[in-house]
Amino acid sequence: MTQPRNPVEPFLRMDRMPHIWCPGCGIGVVVNCFARAMLESKTDIDSVQVVSGIGCTGRIAGYLRMDSYHTTHGRAIPFATGLKTARPDMKVVVFSGDGDLVAIGGNHLIHAARRNVDIKVICVNNFTYGMTGGQVAPTAPIESVATTSPFGVFEQPFNLAFLADSAGAVYVARWTTYHVRQLAKAMREVLQKPGFCFVEVIAPCPTIYQRRNRLGDALDAMRFYKQQSKLSEGADTRTLDIPMQGPIPVGRFVNRDRPTLLENMNTVLGKRLGAKFTPYPTGVTR
Amino acid sequence: MAEKEKPKKPKGEVHVNREVCKGCGFCVEFCPSHVLALDTAFNRKGYHPPVAAKPEACNGCNLCGLYCPDFAIFGVRLGKAEEDSDEG
Repeated sequence: MTQPRNPVEPFLRMDRMPHIWCPGCGIGVVVNCFARAMLESKTDIDSVQVVSGIGCTGRIAGYLRMDSYHTTHGRAIPFATGLKTARPDMKVVVFSGDGDLVAIGGNHLIHAARRNVDIKVICVNNFTYGMTGGQVAPTAPIESVATTSPFGVFEQPFNLAFLADSAGAVYVARWTTYHVRQLAKAMREVLQKPGFCFVEVIAPCPTIYQRRNRLGDALDAMRFYKQQSKLSEGADTRTLDIPMQGPIPVGRFVNRDRPTLLENMNTVLGKRLGAKFTPYPTGVTR
Repeated sequence: MAEKEKPKKPKGEVHVNREVCKGCGFCVEFCPSHVLALDTAFNRKGYHPPVAAKPEACNGCNLCGLYCPDFAIFGVRLGKAEEDSDEG
Protein backbone atom coordinates (compact mmCIF):
# COMPACT_ATOMS: atom_id res chain seq x y z
CA MET A 1 0.00 0.00 0.00
CA THR A 2 1.37 3.39 -0.92
CA GLN A 3 1.48 6.03 1.73
CA PRO A 4 -1.35 8.54 1.13
CA ARG A 5 -0.27 12.11 0.57
CA ASN A 6 -1.69 15.23 2.11
CA PRO A 7 -4.21 16.57 -0.42
CA VAL A 8 -2.81 20.11 -0.20
CA GLU A 9 0.74 19.02 -1.02
CA PRO A 10 0.46 19.79 -4.77
CA PHE A 11 -0.02 23.46 -3.85
CA LEU A 12 3.01 23.69 -1.60
CA ARG A 13 6.75 23.58 -2.02
CA MET A 14 7.16 20.59 0.27
CA ASP A 15 10.94 20.59 -0.16
CA ARG A 16 10.99 23.80 1.90
CA MET A 17 9.10 22.31 4.83
CA PRO A 18 9.22 22.60 7.77
CA HIS A 19 8.59 26.32 7.32
CA ILE A 20 10.07 29.10 9.44
CA TRP A 21 6.86 30.11 11.24
CA CYS A 22 6.73 29.55 14.97
CA PRO A 23 4.84 26.63 16.50
CA GLY A 24 1.15 27.57 16.47
CA CYS A 25 1.54 30.55 14.15
CA GLY A 26 -1.71 31.27 12.35
CA ILE A 27 -0.10 31.94 8.98
CA GLY A 28 0.25 28.22 8.30
CA VAL A 29 -3.48 27.81 8.84
CA VAL A 30 -4.15 30.58 6.31
CA VAL A 31 -1.92 28.90 3.72
CA ASN A 32 -3.65 25.61 4.45
CA CYS A 33 -7.09 27.18 3.93
CA PHE A 34 -5.95 28.81 0.69
CA ALA A 35 -4.62 25.50 -0.64
CA ARG A 36 -7.91 23.90 0.39
CA ALA A 37 -9.88 26.62 -1.41
CA MET A 38 -7.82 26.06 -4.57
CA LEU A 39 -8.42 22.32 -4.27
CA GLU A 40 -12.15 22.60 -3.65
CA SER A 41 -12.79 25.18 -6.37
CA LYS A 42 -10.64 23.10 -8.76
CA THR A 43 -8.71 26.25 -9.64
CA ASP A 44 -5.90 25.64 -12.09
CA ILE A 45 -2.61 26.11 -10.30
CA ASP A 46 -1.19 27.90 -13.37
CA SER A 47 -3.97 30.50 -13.39
CA VAL A 48 -3.12 31.94 -9.97
CA GLN A 49 -0.27 34.24 -9.09
CA VAL A 50 0.63 35.02 -5.53
CA VAL A 51 2.29 38.26 -4.46
CA SER A 52 3.46 38.98 -0.96
CA GLY A 53 5.36 41.72 0.76
CA ILE A 54 7.75 41.60 3.68
CA GLY A 55 7.34 40.14 7.11
CA CYS A 56 6.28 36.77 8.47
CA THR A 57 3.27 36.73 6.14
CA GLY A 58 5.51 37.74 3.26
CA ARG A 59 7.08 34.32 3.43
CA ILE A 60 3.87 32.75 2.08
CA ALA A 61 4.98 33.39 -1.50
CA GLY A 62 7.98 31.17 -0.91
CA TYR A 63 5.94 28.23 0.27
CA LEU A 64 3.17 28.15 -2.34
CA ARG A 65 4.03 26.12 -5.43
CA MET A 66 2.59 28.52 -7.98
CA ASP A 67 3.90 31.64 -9.67
CA SER A 68 4.74 33.66 -6.61
CA TYR A 69 6.53 36.93 -6.03
CA HIS A 70 8.14 38.17 -2.86
CA THR A 71 8.21 41.92 -3.29
CA THR A 72 9.48 44.89 -1.31
CA HIS A 73 8.02 46.12 1.95
CA GLY A 74 4.46 47.33 1.56
CA ARG A 75 4.54 47.23 -2.24
CA ALA A 76 2.79 43.94 -2.85
CA ILE A 77 -0.34 45.72 -4.11
CA PRO A 78 1.39 47.96 -6.70
CA PHE A 79 3.24 44.91 -7.95
CA ALA A 80 0.00 42.94 -8.14
CA THR A 81 -1.72 45.82 -9.94
CA GLY A 82 0.95 45.75 -12.62
CA LEU A 83 0.76 41.99 -12.84
CA LYS A 84 -3.00 42.03 -13.24
CA THR A 85 -2.84 44.78 -15.86
CA ALA A 86 -0.25 42.90 -17.88
CA ARG A 87 -1.97 39.53 -17.55
CA PRO A 88 -5.72 40.09 -17.03
CA ASP A 89 -6.34 36.38 -17.59
CA MET A 90 -4.55 35.57 -14.32
CA LYS A 91 -6.01 35.59 -10.82
CA VAL A 92 -3.71 37.65 -8.64
CA VAL A 93 -3.74 37.05 -4.90
CA VAL A 94 -1.88 39.25 -2.42
CA PHE A 95 -0.90 37.84 0.95
CA SER A 96 0.24 40.41 3.41
CA GLY A 97 0.50 41.10 7.09
CA ASP A 98 -1.14 44.00 8.87
CA GLY A 99 2.13 45.90 9.26
CA ASP A 100 3.07 45.45 5.62
CA LEU A 101 -0.35 46.12 4.16
CA VAL A 102 -1.77 48.94 6.27
CA ALA A 103 1.29 50.67 7.70
CA ILE A 104 3.86 51.12 4.96
CA GLY A 105 1.51 49.93 2.22
CA GLY A 106 -1.61 51.66 3.50
CA ASN A 107 -1.79 54.15 0.68
CA HIS A 108 -1.58 51.42 -1.93
CA LEU A 109 -4.36 49.50 -0.21
CA ILE A 110 -6.86 52.35 -0.25
CA HIS A 111 -6.10 53.35 -3.82
CA ALA A 112 -6.28 49.80 -5.15
CA ALA A 113 -9.66 49.49 -3.42
CA ARG A 114 -10.78 52.85 -4.79
CA ARG A 115 -9.85 51.92 -8.35
CA ASN A 116 -11.26 48.43 -7.87
CA VAL A 117 -8.21 46.64 -9.23
CA ASP A 118 -9.14 42.99 -9.77
CA ILE A 119 -6.88 41.55 -7.07
CA LYS A 120 -7.62 39.49 -4.00
CA VAL A 121 -6.01 40.71 -0.81
CA ILE A 122 -5.70 38.37 2.15
CA CYS A 123 -4.46 40.22 5.21
CA VAL A 124 -3.14 38.15 8.10
CA ASN A 125 -3.72 40.35 11.12
CA ASN A 126 -1.79 39.35 14.22
CA PHE A 127 -1.86 42.84 15.83
CA THR A 128 1.92 43.25 15.82
CA TYR A 129 5.10 43.28 13.78
CA GLY A 130 6.24 39.70 14.29
CA MET A 131 9.43 39.44 12.29
CA THR A 132 11.03 42.66 13.47
CA GLY A 133 10.39 42.03 17.14
CA GLY A 134 6.98 43.27 18.18
CA GLN A 135 6.71 47.00 17.47
CA VAL A 136 3.34 48.78 17.59
CA ALA A 137 1.34 47.91 14.49
CA PRO A 138 -1.48 50.06 13.12
CA THR A 139 -3.87 47.33 14.23
CA ALA A 140 -2.49 46.88 17.77
CA PRO A 141 -5.46 47.20 20.15
CA ILE A 142 -5.45 49.98 22.74
CA GLU A 143 -3.75 48.85 25.99
CA SER A 144 -1.88 45.99 24.34
CA VAL A 145 1.83 45.87 25.14
CA ALA A 146 4.45 46.11 22.41
CA THR A 147 8.23 46.55 22.48
CA THR A 148 7.91 50.19 21.44
CA SER A 149 5.00 50.74 23.79
CA PRO A 150 5.87 48.97 27.04
CA PHE A 151 3.09 50.64 29.06
CA GLY A 152 0.39 49.93 26.56
CA VAL A 153 -0.63 51.20 23.15
CA PHE A 154 -2.66 54.41 23.30
CA GLU A 155 -3.25 54.96 19.58
CA GLN A 156 -6.57 54.19 17.98
CA PRO A 157 -6.06 51.08 15.82
CA PHE A 158 -7.36 50.64 12.30
CA ASN A 159 -10.63 48.85 11.71
CA LEU A 160 -9.48 47.12 8.54
CA ALA A 161 -12.91 46.00 7.41
CA PHE A 162 -14.20 49.57 7.60
CA LEU A 163 -11.09 50.90 5.85
CA ALA A 164 -11.49 48.47 2.94
CA ASP A 165 -15.26 49.02 2.75
CA SER A 166 -15.07 52.80 2.75
CA ALA A 167 -12.26 52.77 0.17
CA GLY A 168 -14.49 50.77 -2.14
CA ALA A 169 -13.67 47.06 -1.90
CA VAL A 170 -16.37 44.84 -3.41
CA TYR A 171 -15.90 41.98 -0.96
CA VAL A 172 -14.93 42.41 2.67
CA ALA A 173 -14.81 39.58 5.18
CA ARG A 174 -13.13 38.88 8.47
CA TRP A 175 -12.50 35.47 9.99
CA THR A 176 -10.11 34.09 12.56
CA THR A 177 -7.84 31.09 12.17
CA TYR A 178 -10.36 29.16 14.24
CA HIS A 179 -12.93 29.47 11.41
CA VAL A 180 -11.09 27.28 8.92
CA ARG A 181 -14.14 26.13 6.97
CA GLN A 182 -15.54 29.64 6.65
CA LEU A 183 -12.12 30.97 5.71
CA ALA A 184 -11.67 28.37 2.98
CA LYS A 185 -15.15 29.23 1.72
CA ALA A 186 -14.36 32.96 1.71
CA MET A 187 -11.20 32.27 -0.26
CA ARG A 188 -13.20 30.19 -2.76
CA GLU A 189 -15.60 33.10 -3.13
CA VAL A 190 -12.92 35.72 -3.68
CA LEU A 191 -11.20 33.54 -6.29
CA GLN A 192 -14.43 33.68 -8.30
CA LYS A 193 -15.33 37.30 -7.66
CA PRO A 194 -14.13 40.07 -9.98
CA GLY A 195 -12.90 43.22 -8.30
CA PHE A 196 -10.95 44.20 -5.22
CA CYS A 197 -11.64 41.62 -2.51
CA PHE A 198 -10.36 41.95 1.03
CA VAL A 199 -10.26 39.13 3.56
CA GLU A 200 -8.88 39.86 7.00
CA VAL A 201 -7.75 36.86 9.03
CA ILE A 202 -7.15 37.27 12.76
CA ALA A 203 -4.19 35.03 13.55
CA PRO A 204 -2.35 34.19 16.76
CA CYS A 205 1.25 35.31 17.19
CA PRO A 206 2.34 33.18 20.14
CA THR A 207 5.96 34.31 20.18
CA ILE A 208 5.45 38.07 20.15
CA TYR A 209 1.90 39.27 20.73
CA GLN A 210 0.64 36.51 23.00
CA ARG A 211 3.83 36.30 25.03
CA ARG A 212 4.29 40.04 25.59
CA ASN A 213 0.66 40.45 26.58
CA ARG A 214 0.69 37.30 28.74
CA LEU A 215 -2.12 35.75 26.76
CA GLY A 216 -0.86 32.18 26.79
CA ASP A 217 0.11 30.18 23.77
CA ALA A 218 -1.42 29.74 20.35
CA LEU A 219 -3.90 27.17 21.58
CA ASP A 220 -5.19 29.66 24.16
CA ALA A 221 -5.63 32.17 21.36
CA MET A 222 -7.59 29.66 19.30
CA ARG A 223 -9.83 28.86 22.28
CA PHE A 224 -10.31 32.58 22.78
CA TYR A 225 -11.34 33.02 19.14
CA LYS A 226 -13.75 30.14 19.54
CA GLN A 227 -15.39 31.70 22.58
CA GLN A 228 -15.25 35.37 21.68
CA SER A 229 -15.97 35.45 17.96
CA LYS A 230 -19.29 37.04 17.21
CA LEU A 231 -20.87 36.21 13.88
CA SER A 232 -21.94 39.52 12.33
CA GLU A 233 -22.75 38.75 8.69
CA GLY A 234 -23.52 41.90 6.77
CA ALA A 235 -22.92 44.15 9.77
CA ASP A 236 -22.20 47.86 9.39
CA THR A 237 -18.42 47.91 9.05
CA ARG A 238 -18.16 50.99 11.29
CA THR A 239 -19.06 48.78 14.24
CA LEU A 240 -16.32 46.21 13.71
CA ASP A 241 -13.56 47.49 15.99
CA ILE A 242 -11.61 44.78 17.79
CA PRO A 243 -11.07 45.73 21.44
CA MET A 244 -8.18 44.30 23.45
CA GLN A 245 -9.29 40.76 24.38
CA GLY A 246 -12.86 41.69 23.57
CA PRO A 247 -15.36 40.10 21.22
CA ILE A 248 -14.21 39.77 17.60
CA PRO A 249 -16.95 40.42 15.04
CA VAL A 250 -16.49 37.97 12.16
CA GLY A 251 -18.33 37.28 8.95
CA ARG A 252 -18.77 38.52 5.44
CA PHE A 253 -19.64 42.20 5.63
CA VAL A 254 -19.64 43.47 2.07
CA ASN A 255 -20.42 41.68 -1.18
CA ARG A 256 -21.32 44.04 -3.99
CA ASP A 257 -20.51 44.55 -7.66
CA ARG A 258 -18.66 47.43 -9.26
CA PRO A 259 -16.87 47.62 -12.61
CA THR A 260 -13.18 46.92 -12.26
CA LEU A 261 -10.35 49.27 -13.20
CA LEU A 262 -9.86 47.75 -16.67
CA GLU A 263 -13.60 47.69 -17.37
CA ASN A 264 -13.86 51.36 -16.42
CA MET A 265 -10.89 52.17 -18.63
CA ASN A 266 -12.54 50.44 -21.59
CA THR A 267 -15.83 52.25 -20.97
CA VAL A 268 -14.39 55.73 -20.65
CA LEU A 269 -11.74 55.51 -23.37
CA GLY A 270 -14.11 53.66 -25.68
CA LYS A 271 -16.63 56.46 -25.32
CA ARG A 272 -14.08 59.20 -25.90
CA LEU A 273 -11.98 57.61 -28.65
CA GLY A 274 -14.65 55.59 -30.45
CA ALA A 275 -13.35 53.33 -33.22
CA LYS A 276 -9.76 54.40 -32.60
CA PHE A 277 -9.81 52.52 -29.28
CA THR A 278 -9.26 48.77 -29.10
CA PRO A 279 -10.75 47.46 -25.86
CA TYR A 280 -8.18 45.93 -23.55
CA PRO A 281 -8.93 42.41 -22.26
CA THR A 282 -10.25 42.67 -18.71
CA GLY A 283 -10.26 39.03 -17.69
CA VAL A 284 -13.76 39.52 -16.30
CA THR A 285 -16.78 37.62 -17.58
CA ARG A 286 -20.03 39.12 -16.40
CA MET B 1 -27.98 12.04 -4.50
CA ALA B 2 -29.16 8.60 -5.48
CA GLU B 3 -27.05 7.09 -2.74
CA LYS B 4 -28.67 4.75 -0.31
CA GLU B 5 -29.06 5.78 3.26
CA LYS B 6 -26.01 4.87 5.26
CA PRO B 7 -26.65 4.57 8.95
CA LYS B 8 -23.10 3.41 9.54
CA LYS B 9 -20.59 6.01 10.64
CA PRO B 10 -17.88 6.62 8.09
CA LYS B 11 -14.47 5.29 8.98
CA GLY B 12 -11.21 7.05 8.45
CA GLU B 13 -7.61 7.08 9.41
CA VAL B 14 -5.22 9.84 10.29
CA HIS B 15 -1.69 10.23 8.99
CA VAL B 16 0.98 12.24 10.77
CA ASN B 17 4.23 13.43 9.27
CA ARG B 18 6.06 13.46 12.59
CA GLU B 19 9.17 15.30 11.50
CA VAL B 20 7.50 18.51 10.28
CA CYS B 21 5.12 18.77 13.25
CA LYS B 22 5.75 21.57 15.76
CA GLY B 23 3.43 20.27 18.45
CA CYS B 24 1.03 23.23 18.59
CA GLY B 25 -1.84 20.92 19.54
CA PHE B 26 -4.53 22.49 17.30
CA CYS B 27 -5.45 19.06 15.89
CA VAL B 28 -5.72 17.52 19.35
CA GLU B 29 -7.91 20.35 20.61
CA PHE B 30 -10.28 20.62 17.67
CA CYS B 31 -10.68 17.01 16.51
CA PRO B 32 -14.47 16.51 16.66
CA SER B 33 -14.07 12.80 17.46
CA HIS B 34 -11.29 13.29 20.04
CA VAL B 35 -9.05 10.84 18.24
CA LEU B 36 -5.73 12.50 18.87
CA ALA B 37 -3.38 13.04 21.77
CA LEU B 38 0.12 14.49 21.93
CA ASP B 39 2.79 11.82 21.99
CA THR B 40 5.15 11.56 24.94
CA ALA B 41 8.00 10.83 22.55
CA PHE B 42 9.83 13.61 20.73
CA ASN B 43 10.48 14.13 17.06
CA ARG B 44 13.88 15.15 15.75
CA LYS B 45 13.25 18.85 16.48
CA GLY B 46 12.15 18.18 20.05
CA TYR B 47 8.39 18.61 19.65
CA HIS B 48 5.66 16.18 20.66
CA PRO B 49 3.73 15.22 17.53
CA PRO B 50 0.15 13.93 17.81
CA VAL B 51 -0.70 10.26 17.75
CA ALA B 52 -4.06 8.59 17.21
CA ALA B 53 -4.98 7.60 20.74
CA LYS B 54 -8.42 6.35 19.64
CA PRO B 55 -7.90 5.46 15.98
CA GLU B 56 -11.21 3.59 15.81
CA ALA B 57 -13.12 6.85 16.43
CA CYS B 58 -11.64 8.63 13.39
CA ASN B 59 -14.16 9.32 10.63
CA GLY B 60 -11.66 10.88 8.23
CA CYS B 61 -13.24 14.35 8.22
CA ASN B 62 -9.77 15.92 7.75
CA LEU B 63 -10.52 18.86 10.04
CA CYS B 64 -7.12 18.22 11.64
CA GLY B 65 -5.59 18.65 8.20
CA LEU B 66 -7.37 21.97 7.78
CA TYR B 67 -6.20 23.27 11.15
CA CYS B 68 -2.59 22.12 10.91
CA PRO B 69 -0.28 25.13 10.39
CA ASP B 70 2.58 22.80 9.42
CA PHE B 71 0.81 20.54 6.89
CA ALA B 72 1.89 17.62 9.09
CA ILE B 73 -1.41 15.82 9.60
CA PHE B 74 -4.39 14.83 7.50
CA GLY B 75 -7.26 12.41 7.67
CA VAL B 76 -8.51 10.19 4.87
CA ARG B 77 -11.89 8.57 4.66
CA LEU B 78 -11.73 4.82 4.20
CA GLY B 79 -14.03 2.61 2.23
CA LYS B 80 -15.07 4.78 -0.67
CA ALA B 81 -13.29 6.48 -3.49
CA GLU B 82 -11.98 10.01 -3.08
CA GLU B 83 -15.02 12.24 -3.07
CA ASP B 84 -15.23 15.95 -3.42
CA SER B 85 -15.51 17.51 -0.05
CA ASP B 86 -18.56 19.65 0.47
CA GLU B 87 -18.56 22.75 2.55
CA GLY B 88 -19.11 21.91 6.13
